Amino acid sequence: MKTNKTNTGKLRKLVNTFIGLLLLIAVWSGIVLSNKYDRSLFPSPIDVLSGMKELITDGTLFSHIQTSMLRFILGYSTAVVCGIILGLIFGWFRKFWEIVDPIVQVLRPVSPIAWFPFIVLWFGIGNLPAIVIIFIAAFYPVLLSTVSSVGKVDQTYLKVAKNFGLKQPQVFTKIIFPAAFPHIATGLHIALGSAWVFLVAGEMVGAQSGLGFLIIDARNNLRSDLVLAGIIFIGISGLLLDKAIGMLEMWIGKNWGISPNERGI
Amino acid sequence: MKEGYNMYIEINNVSKIYNQNPNSSQKGLDGANLSIEKGEFVCLLGPSGCGKTTLLNLLAGFEKPSEGSITIDGKPVEKPSIKHVTIFQNYGLLPWRTVQGNVQLGLESLGLDKKVIKEIADEYIELVGLGEFKRHHPYQLSGGMQQRVAIARALAVDPDIVFMDEPFGALDALTRMKMQEEVSNIWEKKKKTIIFVTHDIDESVYLADRIVIMTPYPGRIKSIINVPLARKRDRTHPDFLKIRDSVFAEFEMKQKDTIEYYL
Repeated sequence: MKTNKTNTGKLRKLVNTFIGLLLLIAVWSGIVLSNKYDRSLFPSPIDVLSGMKELITDGTLFSHIQTSMLRFILGYSTAVVCGIILGLIFGWFRKFWEIVDPIVQVLRPVSPIAWFPFIVLWFGIGNLPAIVIIFIAAFYPVLLSTVSSVGKVDQTYLKVAKNFGLKQPQVFTKIIFPAAFPHIATGLHIALGSAWVFLVAGEMVGAQSGLGFLIIDARNNLRSDLVLAGIIFIGISGLLLDKAIGMLEMWIGKNWGISPNERGI
Repeated sequence: MKEGYNMYIEINNVSKIYNQNPNSSQKGLDGANLSIEKGEFVCLLGPSGCGKTTLLNLLAGFEKPSEGSITIDGKPVEKPSIKHVTIFQNYGLLPWRTVQGNVQLGLESLGLDKKVIKEIADEYIELVGLGEFKRHHPYQLSGGMQQRVAIARALAVDPDIVFMDEPFGALDALTRMKMQEEVSNIWEKKKKTIIFVTHDIDESVYLADRIVIMTPYPGRIKSIINVPLARKRDRTHPDFLKIRDSVFAEFEMKQKDTIEYYL
């Protein structure tokens, strides 16, 4: 019975998605057909679709996606490793954190793009600037969620660790990190979203390849259909990434012994 | 107590003061004296605020006394030790580890061989009757089963003393009785010294060799009642009820002119 229910739920979701898309395309076509706007400034759905087809068939799309993904993975994973390690240290040694916290609070709201002049001066052009921007975008959410989740570790676990004679670094690896991990995972999810947003921004200002560059390049060639096609591909890739980390979270929840209720299933 | 003869656990004039702010401090425990023999099963019984958990935390080394001294086997208690394991009311199981992983936790820090760790853990999982649930995570088990895992984990490191802090407080009445029976059996088999904190009078009469009765504000030891009943105790036996009555009387919860014997 239950599977039946979830199946109808899935079907309904699919139908709703379809209706939404259909509505969007209808409004869009309506505006285009009104002939008030220049075709080169406001491409029609058909133009964009053929633009998408063009990008797929000539292979440019996949080479750009590949470059972007590589940068993304490098920047994001470095940020995750640094953010978690520093977060564990700062979360545990609160006195340290009290000193660092004001600085982080000032730097955190600064858009990674604001650092761009320095990034270009220090790292030149090419892959590095985009990677650094992704790093900055992902680093703060990971750091902050790690610091706060270390503070929330149940005192009983620490008592158990002391009682059973666990010493550092085992207390970190066997107790604090696994106890904090479910909360850290939420930070990883948030960081993923913001990093993806800034990847594109970074590639628009300092790269000769990647999805962001694809859009800038299309604009320089006055191909608004390709600009929009690029935007759609960026959206789809971001969505897929989000789904992937959602699945990872589910897997972690299961293996971390978090009950289905807490997992929100 | 004779001069010069030291009992296994010695609690001498121990007080614990909690400073909430500079102007007010609260005595969690006031001038406690108690000696415990090796292999004894002692219950600390009293209402909340009587300092029973405080005393347990001091014995386990999680906190330090403000005044007085505690020695175990002649040595002052300074920090928690793997020889004195505490079992908590909320079990203290690590949710990311399976039953097996939890029981292995303490063994891992003893520097044993992996194979030996597994064998010992499995032996104690069998002892508490959870062999089939080795690979389950704590959330998949009932409260009683989770507490069994905690008991297995504590016993696996072969401690001298087991401290139990209201371990069955979160369980329903029937599960509770079943667990009391099992702890009593395990105690007979393993002959550990057990200090058991509870606010349940029946529980203390069922389990203890001696019941230490404590009263609150400030936390004090009021009296000690011996329970000279043979094990596999019968909760409905007249002798059991008689001791239960005397405990009630200690808390002044019993009318003075109640009849002494039940027919």
